[in-house]
Amino acid sequence: MYSDIAANKRKTVIIMLVFLVFVTLVIWIFDKYLGGSTGVFYGGLIGACVYAVVTYYAGSKMALAVNQAQEIQKRDNPRLWRIVENLSITDGLPMPKVYIMNDPAPNAFATGRDPKHAAVCATTGVLDMMNDEELQGVLAHELSHIKNYDIRVSMIAFALTAVISLIADIIIRLTWFGGGDREENNQVFMILGIVAAILAPIVATLIQLAVSRQREYLADASGALTTRYPEALASALEKIKQTGSVARHQNTATAHLFFVNPLKAHSLAGLFSTHPPIDDRIARLRSMGTHA
Amino acid sequence: MTVIIVIVVVVVLLIAIGAAMYNGLVRLNQQSNEAWSDITVQLKRRADLIPNLVNTVKGYASHEKSVFEDVTAARANTLSAQTPGEAGKAEGDFQKTLKSLFAVAEAYPDLKASQNFQELQAELTDTEDKIQASRRFYNGVVRDFNTKRKTFPTNIFAGMLGFKQDKEFFEVDEAEAAAVAQPVDVKF
Repeated sequence: MYSDIAANKRKTVIIMLVFLVFVTLVIWIFDKYLGGSTGVFYGGLIGACVYAVVTYYAGSKMALAVNQAQEIQKRDNPRLWRIVENLSITDGLPMPKVYIMNDPAPNAFATGRDPKHAAVCATTGVLDMMNDEELQGVLAHELSHIKNYDIRVSMIAFALTAVISLIADIIIRLTWFGGGDREENNQVFMILGIVAAILAPIVATLIQLAVSRQREYLADASGALTTRYPEALASALEKIKQTGSVARHQNTATAHLFFVNPLKAHSLAGLFSTHPPIDDRIARLRSMGTHA
Repeated sequence: MTVIIVIVVVVVLLIAIGAAMYNGLVRLNQQSNEAWSDITVQLKRRADLIPNLVNTVKGYASHEKSVFEDVTAARANTLSAQTPGEAGKAEGDFQKTLKSLFAVAEAYPDLKASQNFQELQAELTDTEDKIQASRRFYNGVVRDFNTKRKTFPTNIFAGMLGFKQDKEFFEVDEAEAAAVAQPVDVKF
């Protein structure tokens, strides 16, 4: 388990570094492309950053509201409350707020930029379907997201993607409506600029999703370490695999926060999925008993 | 001139690294102290539940005096234990007396059926889970502290900085370890 956690953290760092290099490269190309008219460019960049900061602070409340989650206290569901409380003690985290979401699909999510401002939410489906150990495994996974600051990591990845998409959008509009003087030696950059404007948002999204998948593996491994019982989590995933996890209320913006993918399946699922394939996750969890 | 600048930079770097090492050890040390206190908090919570439990059982089985006295005495011992070693032993004794108390309850169906008793049982089970959770966290922090103290480069300076010893993990005493290593006997 420890080696899985270390490997996942390394991979995330590498992916983020690649992302940063990519963003810098894109900005450099666009800067050359624009020649002199950089006012709009930097204006847009600042706008994207402000947007990212606002989402960072208001994000959890939005995620909970959009999924119609109801906050509960101990007397409303002592079983869920006790499990979350005991897991927080094991992890050394302050106890997050607990929410329940009315949906027969078994799923759970965690949100919150740091452990002091965190919340976990479970669907009525997962509460009914899982026994105590499996529920503990699922919630340990969610608390690991909070402990590992995954929400923050995905905010940063999201912000970088938003910045790139915005830049690409501006470039395409500028090209379309033809603005500013362009000298001869910018011809190469014109081509590069158009190509980049089309491809960059796609590449950025792929990188963001790769980060998301890596963090899901990390949360599985961390959760298994907390409970010292990876089989419970594997068993929970098996149950979900049988019944499916498509939520009644589809929302792409918060899909990446959930335990398993709540969206209906599309083809090309592999690269464009926020979550790794369930079989892969089960296999990794079951192999954790065989190495440190 | 450049030689002096280089020397100053190197010295500053060494101080910075040394400070980071020292602060890291202090932080982990404090965290493990807090984790130990948290175990005590959970033990106290269990201790507070016990009088209620004893009174509920007494209400139905008042003549089983020795059992009540044993539980109360063992409870007092767990509260007064000083080192992790002592605590482990007191814990073992306490568990035995609790088992006797619940064995008594088995013989009184009215008691078993009472709402009060069932709620206390649920709270007690939950408290045991909490005690386990806090001990697991304590062991995790101790592991991190001991690892940091022993790994390079911190291990060279750890002694000098005042961290001469590893901390002990929470462990049960030998008698209890032998007892819990046996497979559990389930008789109906």
